[in-house]
Amino acid sequence: MAPYDYAPIEYVTPPELSGGTPKEAPVLIVGAGPIGLAAAVDLALSGVATVLVDDNNVVSVGSRAICWAKRSLEILDRLGVADRMLAKGVTWKLGRIYRRAREIYQFDLLPEEGHKFPAFINLQQYYMEQYLIERCRDFPGLIDLRFKNRLVGLSQDETGVTAELETEDGRYQLKAAYLLACDGARSLIRQQLGLEFGGTVFEERFLIADVVMDADFPSERWFWFNPDFHPGQSALLHKQPDNIYRIDLQLGPDADAEAERQPEKVIPRIEKIVGERPFKLDWVSVYSFQCRRLEKFVHDRVIFAGDSAHIVSPFGARGGNGGLHDVDNLCWKLAAIVKQEAGPDLLASYDEERIHGADENIRNSSWSTRFMSPEPGAETWFRDATLDLAERFGFARRLVNPGRLSVPCSLSDSALNSADQSGLATPMVPGSPCADAPIASPQGAEGWLLNQLGGRFVLLSLGQAWPGALPAGVEPLLIGEGGWQDTGGFVAARYGNGHYLIRPDQHIAARWQEADADALRAALQKAGIRQTEMV
Amino acid sequence: MALNTEFNFSEQPDQLYNDLIALHEGLDEAQSAALNARLILLLMNQIGDAQTIRAAFAAARQPS
Ligand SMILES: Cc1cc2nc3c(=O)[nH]c(=O)nc-3n(C[C@H](O)[C@H](O)[C@H](O)COP(=O)(O)OP(=O)(O)OC[C@H]3O[C@@H](n4cnc5c(N)ncnc54)[C@H](O)[C@@H]3O)c2cc1C
Repeated sequence: MAPYDYAPIEYVTPPELSGGTPKEAPVLIVGAGPIGLAAAVDLALSGVATVLVDDNNVVSVGSRAICWAKRSLEILDRLGVADRMLAKGVTWKLGRIYRRAREIYQFDLLPEEGHKFPAFINLQQYYMEQYLIERCRDFPGLIDLRFKNRLVGLSQDETGVTAELETEDGRYQLKAAYLLACDGARSLIRQQLGLEFGGTVFEERFLIADVVMDADFPSERWFWFNPDFHPGQSALLHKQPDNIYRIDLQLGPDADAEAERQPEKVIPRIEKIVGERPFKLDWVSVYSFQCRRLEKFVHDRVIFAGDSAHIVSPFGARGGNGGLHDVDNLCWKLAAIVKQEAGPDLLASYDEERIHGADENIRNSSWSTRFMSPEPGAETWFRDATLDLAERFGFARRLVNPGRLSVPCSLSDSALNSADQSGLATPMVPGSPCADAPIASPQGAEGWLLNQLGGRFVLLSLGQAWPGALPAGVEPLLIGEGGWQDTGGFVAARYGNGHYLIRPDQHIAARWQEADADALRAALQKAGIRQTEMV
Repeated sequence: MALNTEFNFSEQPDQLYNDLIALHEGLDEAQSAALNARLILLLMNQIGDAQTIRAAFAAARQPS
């Protein structure tokens, strides 16, 4: 298998510098990483035009993010790239945890049937970015992709943002009503606004190596505490497509990053793990990590999403996955505001909901990091005691923390939710992301529930159709007699009956046992959508 | 569940207390610390109730 071809993407002189018509887009996105690209597609699906600038002209060099969680795949499916990712990616759900050479514990991430997407796939970030770039090209009238356009300055007032952009042909200015800062962990925009990026820096250093080799390791996540091949530290092995394996080795706080990245240091370390097999190094990096976030993600007309807003340690795969949750949460709101279906104050709920999500990710990844690299003293005593006990007792296995992998974040405390009026005990309470389920169309074509939700407000009725007309902007979906069929009984088991109001990001806003037109209007209003004829 | 601060062993105190001391016999400080950590984790799981455990944490954190 040939290594990934980092084909440079063509730079085109922007119209502002070639005598063309200057662009006026409602939204300028800075940064064509996974988050900026996903946001451009999501906004385009809502009919909102964007200019997307990036200072570079290749996809992410090195695999970086490889683990994409089920909820992310569901979001990416709405954006139209998940099928490609699933086809190319390595599907896995089993994790094994070893101490020295002994397996002490294994976990199965998705023991449940009836979901379109698996718990996780592994796919290099460069493929994901490539697929998203190609998807952007499906919207030539809406997404204006500009590579090798670097943002160098910005200012904002009540009407919008003016960005100063630099290209090889010179500088120009671009105005937009909103700017999405998707410019990554070292965000220049964050610095320009003088925003504090508070949090914790971990001293521990890690070696990350992508190794190309012919091996028939199963598609599982293997994690070692104190393996014989790397005494006193932890190690992680993950399979990626194209016969690439991700190896992550803890190096301790005193490791010399520059020396450790040299092939003559790395190769013997890898040989100890993979044995006699021939292999090639594809990408090597030595890093330490931080858990930080901005205090607020919305700064008037500048909105942060992805690594510019929050960063976590990679254990748990919550960085890129968390950023995709931002996109999912933000884009429908921004589109509604741009289209004047909602007021600008709806953005406050992005701050509220995604800060909640970012904190959950930071908490989880900090806990994992501490478990893997405990401080000397009590922290080490308890960590080692947990591992000792885990070899013998089930309860202690639950305490072993080699990374808690990204799971969907529940927004059950969100101000956009209406009180649960369903009387149901099913877990799909307001604020939950909708669980998938197999369904079949009235004509009998097999499909998935989530493919029928999202992108607009949906009123999901289970069993009985909603009587009467729905307010503008809400589409009905009936599962039951005369509508879609609940082929495996999964919808009934996961949702019960009654009516659900579902947000464009596939989160539940409200649910009722009985249809009530006033309650529906009130719920839409609560979810931020203007209702013209409130009763 | 509130933290029970009344005497609660199922038998007279001295034997069980003495068993705890004997448990550490022949161990150096690091081994004792490791044993204590294992013991605390086992007992925490036995109690289970998070509120009670946190009340015990708070009580233990105060030296006297
Ligand atoms: C070793 C490693 C392993 C990881 N593993 C995982 C994983 O398994 N799962 C997971 O979910 N996450 C993982 N992550 C995290 C993941 O890579 C990031 O969270 C993700 O890349 C964030 O995407 P982003 O679009 O916010 O930022 P980035 O990917 O950093 O993209 C930012 C973009 O903005 C551009 N840019 C920056 N400044 C400017 C400017 N002034 N003007 C124009 N453009 C600019 C940059 O060129 C870049 O293209 C990992 C990260 C690392 C380093």
